[in-house]
Amino acid sequence: MNVPLRQASPALGLTIVDCDIHPAYRSPKDLHPFLPARWREHMAMFGEHLRQGLSGQLAWPRMMASGMRLDAFPNEGPPGSDLALMRRQHLDANGVECGMLMQLSKGGMEERNLDFAAALSRAVNDWQVEAWVKPEPRLRAGIVVPQEDADFAVEEIERRAGDPAFVQILISPRSSDPLGHRRYWPIYEAAQRCRRPIALHVQGFSGGHASTGSGWPTYYLQEHYATTTGMQTTVMNLVFEGVFERFPGLNVVLIEGGFTWAPALGWRMDKHWRRMRAEVPHLKRPPSEYLREHCWFTTQPIEEPDDPKHLAEVIEWIGWDRVMFSTDYPHWDFDHPQQAFKFPLTEEQKRKVFRDNAKALYGLP
Amino acid sequence: MTREVVAKASEVAPGTSKVVTVKGREIGLFNLDGDYFALANRCPHAGGPLCQGRIVALVQSDEPGHYRLARPGEFLRCPWHGWEFDIRTGQSWCDPNSTRARAFKVSVEPGATLVKGPYVAETFAVSVEEDYLVIELAG
Repeated sequence: MNVPLRQASPALGLTIVDCDIHPAYRSPKDLHPFLPARWREHMAMFGEHLRQGLSGQLAWPRMMASGMRLDAFPNEGPPGSDLALMRRQHLDANGVECGMLMQLSKGGMEERNLDFAAALSRAVNDWQVEAWVKPEPRLRAGIVVPQEDADFAVEEIERRAGDPAFVQILISPRSSDPLGHRRYWPIYEAAQRCRRPIALHVQGFSGGHASTGSGWPTYYLQEHYATTTGMQTTVMNLVFEGVFERFPGLNVVLIEGGFTWAPALGWRMDKHWRRMRAEVPHLKRPPSEYLREHCWFTTQPIEEPDDPKHLAEVIEWIGWDRVMFSTDYPHWDFDHPQQAFKFPLTEEQKRKVFRDNAKALYGLP
Repeated sequence: MTREVVAKASEVAPGTSKVVTVKGREIGLFNLDGDYFALANRCPHAGGPLCQGRIVALVQSDEPGHYRLARPGEFLRCPWHGWEFDIRTGQSWCDPNSTRARAFKVSVEPGATLVKGPYVAETFAVSVEEDYLVIELAG
């Protein structure tokens, strides 16, 4: 039994909660013990069916070594697949008290065959517990569900809701319809009932949509930026469709999609709402209020304005209780807890962003 | 200013690098066609282990559609965020005025000179037949 280390990150002087850690399979066979024979054979014979061309492949070539920190490769397997290295290089070294697992691949979010998607979802959730949370109690799982099959998603959420290993629900923000669509509402209802936030992490897989509103750009640099506009349209859609009005207990975590755009989006939504409010009479308040009340933002990849204090002004608008630190370990654009903020935070701000906001949201001890 | 013997010159072949620990500090040694350079193994942008990054050329372009590789082997790309640094100076390519990796002066000294002192190798014995890399540390 490993005793969780509670050693503070030296320069910060406190332990941290990392809201974005990516575990990986040593090989796809890691899922086999959790998949029924029928789906193991399906996987071997037909593979997966993503909602984009180039099946099994990302739409853009990745920065650095397949999008990974060059120093995060274990002796065997891909970065993120070796718990011992993750402990040594990240959890222990950076004083991580709690880490949120973001398992984005092979969880069925992208799978068109909904029966296979359900099997993958269940397998990935079992795998998170057995391979990660049980051996390393500092880590917490997310209930990965295929958002295109709301009936199954609700069943899986309820199945895991009593397990404290799972602190949130992961669906793809690159869904078939914008996420505010009513076909997804049963998932939000289940999330509200089970008191788990919905986690939306930017997706390398396209969901069948171009990555920008004006089509497919050329460079990975453009795609990396496009994740922030995609996140804005998702938030805008959730707000205007009335999701937060219908589910006032629903909280949404926006992961890796940036946050400096939030004030501008809020101002714009409010301005046009004052003019066109009658189109969406189900909204009882200015749209920005739903945004500020229901959305939490993770920090990585943190913006680096010329004047670092501009970031403080943005967070001031969003609220210091809505921003949560994340590293994205082991990916190449990892943010280091001691380096991410280029301006001094007050002790209170530090505690909130690096630890207490996440603890409050996820109900962590 | 102290001078430290840190490696045999032959341990750092042209085009390669080696990270050594000197007085608790990790320092990367580089060999550019026989000229030696040393940089702190800490990226000034966000603290990554800079010297574990790839040694690369600088891709340059005068207009879209045209590119060329300049100064092959003279830049170091951080293994975390990919910032590029001039191995000769430690200067950042994208933020040359205010971001610079800590650089140390390196010299090559024959072992015959070193055994007489006053410099002492911390971790290995110096032999008269070899050449050694000596770096200057402030303080």
